Amino acid sequence: MSKKVLELLTAQFPGAVLETHSQFGDDTAVLDPAVWRDAALFLRNDPRTLMNMFVDLTAVDYLWRGDVPRFEVVCHLRSLERNHRVRIKARVGDEEGNGAEIDSIVPVWKGANWFERECYDLLGIVFKGHPDLRRILMYPEFEGHPLRKDYPANRIQPLIPFRDVPNTGKLPPFGPDEGMSFGRQSHDFARSGPGASIDGDEAVSNGKRAGALEERS
Amino acid sequence: MEPLDRELDEAELDLPSEPMLLNMGPSHPAMHGTVRIVLELSGETINKADVQIGYLHRGFEKMCERGTWSQVFPYVDRLNYVSPMLNNVGFALAVEKMLGVTVPERCQYYRVILGEMARICDHMICSGAMAMELGAFTPFLYLCRAREIFWEIFEEETGARLTHSFGRVGGMARPPTADFKAMVRVGLARVLALINDAEKLILKNRIFLDRLDGVGQISQEDALALGWTGVVLRATGVPYDVRRANPYMVYDRFEFDVPVGTRGDNYDRFMCRQEEIRQAGRIIEQALEQMPDEGPVNIDDPRIVLPPKEEVYTTIEATIQHFKIVMEGIKVPAGECYSYTEAGNGELGFYLVSDGSGTPYRVRIRPPCFATTQGLSQLITGLMIPDVVPTFGSLNMIGGECDH
Repeated sequence: MSKKVLELLTAQFPGAVLETHSQFGDDTAVLDPAVWRDAALFLRNDPRTLMNMFVDLTAVDYLWRGDVPRFEVVCHLRSLERNHRVRIKARVGDEEGNGAEIDSIVPVWKGANWFERECYDLLGIVFKGHPDLRRILMYPEFEGHPLRKDYPANRIQPLIPFRDVPNTGKLPPFGPDEGMSFGRQSHDFARSGPGASIDGDEAVSNGKRAGALEERS
Repeated sequence: MEPLDRELDEAELDLPSEPMLLNMGPSHPAMHGTVRIVLELSGETINKADVQIGYLHRGFEKMCERGTWSQVFPYVDRLNYVSPMLNNVGFALAVEKMLGVTVPERCQYYRVILGEMARICDHMICSGAMAMELGAFTPFLYLCRAREIFWEIFEEETGARLTHSFGRVGGMARPPTADFKAMVRVGLARVLALINDAEKLILKNRIFLDRLDGVGQISQEDALALGWTGVVLRATGVPYDVRRANPYMVYDRFEFDVPVGTRGDNYDRFMCRQEEIRQAGRIIEQALEQMPDEGPVNIDDPRIVLPPKEEVYTTIEATIQHFKIVMEGIKVPAGECYSYTEAGNGELGFYLVSDGSGTPYRVRIRPPCFATTQGLSQLITGLMIPDVVPTFGSLNMIGGECDH
């Protein structure tokens, strides 16, 4: 059944369907990125295909295989009425990862929104015409795209830089003035602050405790 | 039921005001600690909502691409941590699809029973947590008690309570214990009784119903275009269930109904979930009847399945085989495949790319919650802040799966 979808797609976009195959029973068409959105629209609207269920969108980085274009944007679709599935792919980007651009299919299925954002976040593929293309899983200041094959898996990118302590492989433990302030503060009500106005006994006892802490350290 | 609070006339005074921005989460108890919603409010009405995830991101896909195929199982457990067994089975099926093998019948029934038990746990925790977020604590305790019964069975079978890592490519880690069938039979009856009790506590409660009825509605077309699957899609009236539409394993041998809703609101989602628990119970009962007591659990292929431990310790062939599988991994034929199963939240898909070695080149998971959560901002726009809690609760967002 899905074979027929591939035939329809080939007939509709002559020359733009670069390759079709059915590995492991999944029918796949490799498309020219130029017809990406048109093909998606066709698959959704044509009464013979009616792909109204958006399933998945992702990308694969084929850096290690040495292919150019480097990335493969993969989209899975399903039709509810016809109960058939098809996978469409498009290859984009050069060896450095530049020029990885493809039309957004959010206007076709709005469910593609987050999937494209994720793809942009983790692999750095730019979706043209996306209404809100920003990072989704990583924080905005994160540099690079972690799912690319040239991004090392053990690289650490902290939001706040680590302390630099010479001649030691291990950082010293937190001092009393560091870390989470609410967990480590000594309630020195006697000397200053809002506690100065509270009941005398309590202020003295708190002051003693703070003093004891200072002596110990 | 007639609405109680819809006739508020706010237009009498025209005060100058600016829309107020409010952060809800990630530390809000109803946001499960992993989702933040930036709400733009006009009074208490939500004008705009920006749902932000990523607070739990663990780099699932990158980590899976470093180890062997079998080493993916522990990661898969932690995706949906309220029904890990379903994820285990889903990934095992995906790799088996690439290898072109089918596990023995006994193992298929075993997987079905364990998987449906996990589904019941998943639905129970979602319904219970939703009730708890709305203030009804007792049903949550009842349902946790029910889940405990199943988890004791899981513990007996797998040795672990939460992260079983019990699935294997080509079978299961161990054959069912001798008391397996009897334990499930007794446990299932107790669980269904507890669920009935928990339901009675809330389903006639006016406050509970008012907060679900007609809140968070979505149309069929929107749900389909958003990529929703599972209960949240079926609550809009689409009878799509992977177990029915594309039966895998032995699901075509069971009689069960696919419960659907009509309006796609919180109430429908809640009721569909409750009904699915009973249908899963039916499947378990039938599977227990049909499951053979004797026979192999793992396939007979030394390239895929680990040899028995006693042989590993006594013969050199089995030792070599063991090391080959553990250190090099199972050799999966090159190519790409998409395999999908019905998990607790909907269609759980694995898109696997293999380069023919023992390490996956690309493991992509299609988490059902990810698609569901992206529809949340649409659902809550125009509602009030208190409506966010039941709406979000009824979607069954699982942090591990959503942030993968």
